[in-house]
Amino acid sequence: MTDALVLDHLDVAYHARGRDRAVLRDVSFRIGEGEAYGLVGESGCGKSTAALAAVRYLPRNGSVTGGRIAIAGEDVTTLGRDALRRLRARTVSMVYQDPGKALNPTLRVGRQIAEIFELAGASAGDARARASGMLKRVRISDPARVMQRYAHELSGGMQQRVAIAMALAKDPALLILDEPTTGLDATVEAEVLDLIAELRREFRTSILFISHNLAVVAKMCDRVGVLYAGMLVEEGPTQALFRDPRHPYTVALLRCLPRAGEHKGQNRLDTIPGSLPLPGAIITGCPFAERCALADDCCRRELPALIDLAGRFSRCHYHTRAGELPRQTPAEVRSLAHRTAPEPVLRIDNLNKTFRSRDHNLRAVADLSLTIEVGETLGLVGESGSGKTTFAKLLLGLLPPDAGGSISFDARTLPPLLDERTDEEVKAMQIVFQNPDSALNRAHSIRHVIGRALKQLAGLSGEALKARLRDLIRSVKLSERHLSAKPRQLSGGLKQRVAIARAFAGEPRLVVCDEPTSALDVSVQAAILNLLADLQAEKQVSYVFISHDLGVVRYLADKIAVLYLGRIMELGSSGRVFSGPHHPYTEALLSAVPKLDGASRARIKLEGEIPSASNPPSGCVFHTRCPRKLGPICETQEPPLAEAEPGHALRCHIPLANLAKLQGISMHQHSETVVLPTRHGRP
Amino acid sequence: MSAADITPGRERGRLAELLAALGRSRTFLAGAVILLFWIFCALFGEFFTPYDPLADDIINSLMPPSAEHWFGTDQLGRDVFSRVIVGARDILTVAPLATLIATIFGTALGLVTGYFRGIVDDVVSRVLEAFMAMPVVIIALLAIVALGTSTFTVVSVIGLSFSPIIARTVRSAVLSERELDYVAAARLRRENALHIMFVEILPNVLPPILVEATVRLGYAIFAVATLSFMGFGIQPPSPDWGLSVSANYGMIGGGFWWTVLFDALAIASLVIGVNLVADGVQGALDD
Repeated sequence: MTDALVLDHLDVAYHARGRDRAVLRDVSFRIGEGEAYGLVGESGCGKSTAALAAVRYLPRNGSVTGGRIAIAGEDVTTLGRDALRRLRARTVSMVYQDPGKALNPTLRVGRQIAEIFELAGASAGDARARASGMLKRVRISDPARVMQRYAHELSGGMQQRVAIAMALAKDPALLILDEPTTGLDATVEAEVLDLIAELRREFRTSILFISHNLAVVAKMCDRVGVLYAGMLVEEGPTQALFRDPRHPYTVALLRCLPRAGEHKGQNRLDTIPGSLPLPGAIITGCPFAERCALADDCCRRELPALIDLAGRFSRCHYHTRAGELPRQTPAEVRSLAHRTAPEPVLRIDNLNKTFRSRDHNLRAVADLSLTIEVGETLGLVGESGSGKTTFAKLLLGLLPPDAGGSISFDARTLPPLLDERTDEEVKAMQIVFQNPDSALNRAHSIRHVIGRALKQLAGLSGEALKARLRDLIRSVKLSERHLSAKPRQLSGGLKQRVAIARAFAGEPRLVVCDEPTSALDVSVQAAILNLLADLQAEKQVSYVFISHDLGVVRYLADKIAVLYLGRIMELGSSGRVFSGPHHPYTEALLSAVPKLDGASRARIKLEGEIPSASNPPSGCVFHTRCPRKLGPICETQEPPLAEAEPGHALRCHIPLANLAKLQGISMHQHSETVVLPTRHGRP
Repeated sequence: MSAADITPGRERGRLAELLAALGRSRTFLAGAVILLFWIFCALFGEFFTPYDPLADDIINSLMPPSAEHWFGTDQLGRDVFSRVIVGARDILTVAPLATLIATIFGTALGLVTGYFRGIVDDVVSRVLEAFMAMPVVIIALLAIVALGTSTFTVVSVIGLSFSPIIARTVRSAVLSERELDYVAAARLRRENALHIMFVEILPNVLPPILVEATVRLGYAIFAVATLSFMGFGIQPPSPDWGLSVSANYGMIGGGFWWTVLFDALAIASLVIGVNLVADGVQGALDD
């Protein structure tokens, strides 16, 4: 039996600015037949480089500077051009993050898949038949229809299925998946992961699975390797590695993730200080030493070997003590007296937004009403197209809402458009955008970006501005040497801190955070979440926190609104929404989240695709995908968003008690229930 | 301090990086050598020409190239070599000035139409398109006939008729730029439209403006030479290349090719030089 992939002391370097910069150092691992191997690590650690090197797809300035790669027993490093092409055509397949870019936009899907069979020598008719069969195997129910489509006519999940079908068409010995579900919505991601898991059993393909998402890797892989600064620092069976990590870096990474039930009110997240060494940095000693609280002189002097620990490996001098790694950020929460205000800071009544075009109207936000208290965080959850970002833009006055609804701030009605609002009203509500590269002007220095906000929003100038600028950057934990930098000279986490500083320049009462950590690595995400929680405790600011990551929302939010096709499906305190009984849609979202323990639970699968908001289903908009659909009533009558228990409203025809029964939830288990209405009883 | 106490990457500034990329571009270097040669001639040519480019010498008229007169002499006996060297001066004043005017007007128009869109954009863009549909030389002729021949007219007419093309380039860059979140952020701190256009957006659309301006410079040189050839551009007694070609082209039939060839080659080399520079700048910015 040959291994599907063997990397043997592999070194890879990129030639940049006049010299070779090492990006992979002495990486060795093997993937056995039928095995799924996960490669995890933060951005810049060399995950994708390893995948590219394996099939010799390195960019022109990249080269293998040492070691050996073998795929299915064949030494890839010495292959000639023709042999390499044969290998790529028959033995190994890759699936990338963005299926929209991986598929040819000018060819129909059927043609693209058939091509692979034709390359292998099948006749045209035979190739089409086999392409159709292949689509069936990736659980596409109507292959004939999909084969007639172009890639852009399919949803992201469908595109990725087609890409997987193409990858598996040649029955490869090795399948490389590079962040295959990163751009997809949670429910679609769960479907694609399920599909990959099933196909793996069916095809017995070996898999190299690359992801920054530890939980996804935990769900999918038999063994996991952790990369840091181009070095494999730990490797072992998935369960053992995540339950009992033996390298401080793995320990630290796991601690950055909010655990289930963890909340900003109880403790802060741990973080990893410092940053990854730059590519090509000269590393003497352990690459993680300067960020590791366990490191001593020995670690800084001497590179630890990959130590064999009976079936697993750790590149740490003190692997036995890795679990004792001290916290880098104290867990205690600074608790400041919560001032209670009689009035909510924000009250939204019956907000609607319809995008009109010639042939159809798209109702992006429908009948949205909610309140946000002073110092409270509203978590806004929903898949793409659910209206989260449109809602944020309506709040800020960047888009005009439909007539009829109202937004009141501090009990005063706000004019709908930004230009009609007073200076006070504008500076009271600010935003931290999702993508700092877009949100910060790349032509301006950090000093200019924050200084201008202080001048415009706080009305400061001269010495007062300088003093306030220093305070502000200190409060977001930037230092003065960052001030003269341009955004592109800063890492993603630092840029997001600048964006936060800018939002806080005018002492806002409410800050909209639109997926502020989705572009960041987990260690940086933890630091940003801590910062947001600290600023809130200190300044009693309210947040609208938009995120698709339920773990993050659960940690930060006090109140949750679940959106689907522009409608609130469930609204309630964070505790109640997460502990249930849930709206069937929330239930499906929650069950789609992969958990670190890798345990497979019964998943609530959603049928079909998210309907288009321009043509929403009749009755309850969720009925087309609802696993708990009652019957005709769901198709004809839209349920109201009704309070099912104090502080918890659902838009569902099923009574709460029945939902609790269906979901196997005991109604008495609410962690923070004060008084439970007796009518529900124990199911 | 927590996880984000990160040293900023030691990166060079954008300008330094661009210059380094230009230094590596052979296209750019080749173009720059040609362009610098002509700029040098324009500035200091008069100090090293073997003869006075304007001095007649009827006895030696229409001499073929020789050791004394490398490029021969024209019908008035003037030294062609000296005239070609000094002939760079006027065109290298008029064409860059015209380009500068085109760039300033075009950038302002492009920023306004791209940022405001809507009715402003519709009206202005249609007018500009109508303008672009007419050949530059025709517009220039009409203007010169109406306003009289002067360097000022030539500069402003070429400048104005090139500005729609620059405006179009700037507009399309602004259209994608205005959708970025930093523009929304600026609106959320109550910046006015002028600030957003000129302080926020303009610095980010400079690269395409730079490329377009360089390309336009090549066309401006060509347009000035054409107008001079037709007698509406640079006026005698300047040793301008277009003018010289115009004065002497009737003599090619008589075999006096040297009176035209070297001036024509000079125009061609200057245009090629500018285009090479434009290609190089484009390439360096795309890296």
